Amino acid sequence: MSVDTSLRFDKDYVNGFTSSRQEPAWLQELRLQALELAQNLPMPKPDKTKIDNWNFTDFKHEATGNAVAFNELPEDVKALIGSEEDAKNVLVIHNGTPVFFALEQEVRDQGVIYTDLLTAAKEHEDLVKKYIMKAVAVDENRLTALHASLFLNGAFLYVPKNVEVSAPIQAIYYQDDEAALLNHVIVAAEDNSSVNYVENYLSTNENTESVANIVSEVYAGAGAKVVFGAVDNLAKGMTTYVNRRGRAERDGRIEWALGQFNDGNTVSDNTTHLIGDGSFIDTKTVTIGRGDQKQNFVAQIFNHGKHSEGYILTHGVMKDSASSIFNGITKIEHGATKSHGEQTERVLMLSEKARGDANPILLIDEDDVTAGHAASVGRIDPLQMFYLMSRGISKTEAERLIIHGFLAPVVSQMPLESVKNRLVEVIERKVR
Amino acid sequence: MSAPNLKIEDLRVSIEDKEIIKGLDLEINGGEIHAIMGPNGTGKSTLSAALMGHPKYEVTSGKVTFNGEDLLEMEVDERAKAGLFLAMQYPSEVSGITNADFLRSAINAKREEGDEISLMKFIRELDKKMDHLEMDNAFAHRYLNEGFSGGEKKRNEILQMMMLEPKLAILDEIDSGLDIDALKVVAKGVNEMRNPDFGCLIITHYQRLLNYITPDKVHVMMQGRIVKSGGPELAQRLEAEGYDWIKEELGIKDETVGQEA
Repeated sequence: MSVDTSLRFDKDYVNGFTSSRQEPAWLQELRLQALELAQNLPMPKPDKTKIDNWNFTDFKHEATGNAVAFNELPEDVKALIGSEEDAKNVLVIHNGTPVFFALEQEVRDQGVIYTDLLTAAKEHEDLVKKYIMKAVAVDENRLTALHASLFLNGAFLYVPKNVEVSAPIQAIYYQDDEAALLNHVIVAAEDNSSVNYVENYLSTNENTESVANIVSEVYAGAGAKVVFGAVDNLAKGMTTYVNRRGRAERDGRIEWALGQFNDGNTVSDNTTHLIGDGSFIDTKTVTIGRGDQKQNFVAQIFNHGKHSEGYILTHGVMKDSASSIFNGITKIEHGATKSHGEQTERVLMLSEKARGDANPILLIDEDDVTAGHAASVGRIDPLQMFYLMSRGISKTEAERLIIHGFLAPVVSQMPLESVKNRLVEVIERKVR
Repeated sequence: MSAPNLKIEDLRVSIEDKEIIKGLDLEINGGEIHAIMGPNGTGKSTLSAALMGHPKYEVTSGKVTFNGEDLLEMEVDERAKAGLFLAMQYPSEVSGITNADFLRSAINAKREEGDEISLMKFIRELDKKMDHLEMDNAFAHRYLNEGFSGGEKKRNEILQMMMLEPKLAILDEIDSGLDIDALKVVAKGVNEMRNPDFGCLIITHYQRLLNYITPDKVHVMMQGRIVKSGGPELAQRLEAEGYDWIKEELGIKDETVGQEA
């Protein structure tokens, strides 16, 4: 059985929605074009995962949140920030509405723009137009088009040329309405700039079905560096389609650290293009599958520039009867001489019924390159268990240590202590 | 704290249905250091692994008590909590867990909840023991045994022993792969532990470690059992003359059990 993927949103709806939000004409235009495409384009086809009967298209669209003081934020959100004093550079979006925002004067003075996307679309039209739906194309498939026509809000982070932002910039997207989570993030670092951005996704729809359709676009200009950390923690009822896409120009650098801990069915695509010569990408992603959730993860790097380097590390823990596909793709294009691609996928199985497939794929159209891959799917090594237990550590604790160790590559990479701690808690809760 | 006692009676151990230990008796008390020597493939490492509860080894019959309690009934971690320690010949590597975090978890596992070792005290102890073993402090923050050289792994085993202060330690070929300087450091660690409340079983091919740690008793293992016991002089004679005279004396042609794990 497959679900009806015809759209319940039409031109009138989109017109009304975008007018009521007083969106600029260009955005309205973009949305209407996207809607038309959404009506005709096919659904995405994640390799080896059948999503015919996943609902991505039928959802309640508009939701509301209200601006609040720090103390009124939900506990789960506060935990991600720390104390009120820690809330220095943070945007909280609740049900598509910005509800809390802080940005240090020092960062503002550097010319950094950080605001919710809707505000940016009105106040920084040229910049937003330059970046929105460029790394992810509107017409890739029905869901990217649907996203462009209906996204509710998101974040816009722009770092001007030669500016180094020392403090991490944080965003929290929190959903407790049954409406869909349609979020769009743009991080653009101009030439020779540097920034750390970390985002968290949270939802409470344990038993209510809903949809998340998320796009993040990251641009590292020449010589720029972007560290992008994410902890996804959407509840069981959420069916998620998330695209995180990056482009690095000459000597640009993007480091992804993605903790993908959704409890619902998820299709996640993380693709980065090494456009410029000497550009560098490091993708680290970890996940835990539990219950009967099904997930499909793509970590993909395209080497276009000469001397470009791309690294992918994916670690997944699978328990209960969860099943996941991990596709790692390194594509070295013709002309990308002296470039290098490397990937590792490791899956740790904690139960007989769990399923995990690791598929490392190297596609190389250039002779003068180096590339390598490693993949493994296995259980916890009984000899490791014996070793740890022989020091008096209980079976449960030994397993816990091994799993935390297995997921450490991403945990240790998180730029904010509060997020790191929270990530450890999420792992703890999920593997218990 | 009372002096420990390990008593092994008529122990038989199999791996994948092949019997390796074929009726072994041994008793070790606090304050004693025993050495088990023997050629390759005679069951020495099997004995140490079986005593610690290695999942691959099956005890088919016999009795082992540790301080009067049935050791074979205990889970691996319970054996450790009771005070048994095994310095392994091939310690596992565990990625993502630092040496220090691992050691602290192990120390706290033996303590009551609410009585965990303080971070300051732990660091002080760790620094002291690492200095004693001439280990670089950076080792504390490296992942457990990951990328360690053979000698570094052995030192790390001794470090764990010193930090965990077991009542009885089994050192399984702790000397293999060590140069003479490292060997002396390891011996220093063991000698530091020597006291009436600590017993030790050293398993080795060679006598050279015993130049630095003088054993109270030396046993020779062949065909899965102890065939000869004596004092330190036995080790010296083995070093000088090899094992052939024992085989001759006992009429043994093939000393192995066919498979050394």
